[in-house]
Amino acid sequence: MIQFLQYLGKSTRTSFTKLGRGTYFLLQTISGILSVLARPRLLLNQMYSVGVLSFLIITISGLFVGMVLGLQGYYTLSDFGAEETLGVMVAASLVRELGPVVSALLFAGRAGSALTAEIGLMKATEQLSGMEMMAVDPVKRIITPRFLAGLISMPILAALFSAVGIIGGQIIGSGLLGVDEGAYWSQMQANIDFQDDIINGVIKSIVFGFIASWIALFEGYDAIPTSEGVSRATTRTVVNSAFSILGLDFILTALMFGDD
Amino acid sequence: MQHTSTQDTLVGLFVASGIVGLFFLALQVSNLSSFVEEDSYTITARFENSGGLKPKSPVSAAGVKIGKVRSISFDPKTYESVVQMSINSQYNTIPDDTTASVFTAGLLGEQYVNLEPGGSDVFLQNDGKIEITQSAIILEKAIGQFLFKSAEDSAEEKK
Repeated sequence: MIQFLQYLGKSTRTSFTKLGRGTYFLLQTISGILSVLARPRLLLNQMYSVGVLSFLIITISGLFVGMVLGLQGYYTLSDFGAEETLGVMVAASLVRELGPVVSALLFAGRAGSALTAEIGLMKATEQLSGMEMMAVDPVKRIITPRFLAGLISMPILAALFSAVGIIGGQIIGSGLLGVDEGAYWSQMQANIDFQDDIINGVIKSIVFGFIASWIALFEGYDAIPTSEGVSRATTRTVVNSAFSILGLDFILTALMFGDD
Repeated sequence: MQHTSTQDTLVGLFVASGIVGLFFLALQVSNLSSFVEEDSYTITARFENSGGLKPKSPVSAAGVKIGKVRSISFDPKTYESVVQMSINSQYNTIPDDTTASVFTAGLLGEQYVNLEPGGSDVFLQNDGKIEITQSAIILEKAIGQFLFKSAEDSAEEKK
């Protein structure tokens, strides 16, 4: 019994300590933003590895998600004779929810895990401490560019995901199943609001990019510098990112689309 | 050096594609384009009961959408519903004796304001008021009245 209480107390304390370290790490990262903006080359390289390399998986998944939405939406809506509203259904679910959330989950799996492994290995091979020895701040030099790159790439990826998905829904809806193409677009335009739907979707994706990059970088920076430690940190990145993205999505949705 | 310049191009293409995607969402998917090009003017109508009317509900005349409901508020003095509507400026010849009524599209469809133009030569200006209004038909009320009436009828038949 005493042992159990000890275990409980210890694990609570460890998780709070970790949260504290994470917050400190985040503040350090943010304080490095100005020095990164002075050296945009670092940011550009990371935009390539975080953003451009995630481009293909995001667009292809977006296309297929849109196509599935088109199919399933058509089957359900045709029961009510409301096939013309297919465009609204596809666009609203993509722009509000699936675009930001699924692209953030893919981003955490594709780019987040790579970031954690990269930084964890840098730590394991003592490259980070080597930098400190040379009086180069590893947070400013290594972490902040990656963080900023994630923050910028995520909204771009989410917008691409939604756009490609809507086109995919149109290909299936009006190309294959015979929904009128004009109705698909005009119903969509009549019912999707720029401010309420698209801007809120972009805000969501920025928040997800923030949280996913933070978790990925912190787990890598905080990893136990062994091969097993890095592998565990990578797993934690994907699991924790997925949890935080889905949990935050609920909160953000409740805040944004609450009164309507 | 060759490598970095390819990388720059790819990053540039990536950012550009993101901007194109956002523009696509803004112009093709949402109603932003219809906001930008259309000027509108506001008219007000007071209803005894505006039913399930909501902001952004359509305002139509002869079945064509000419504007939308901007806001709905309750007047605590006259106990009426005050409905503000934005009408596209191209439709600036609405007579001031127009009748506004709240209709329902289909049996369960959304509610909209229908404008029935009168014969006056004076047109409504910005902040104009529609005097003649007809309230929403509340389905429950209508069914209640119908049931009450049919019960009355059958009671009379029995006599």
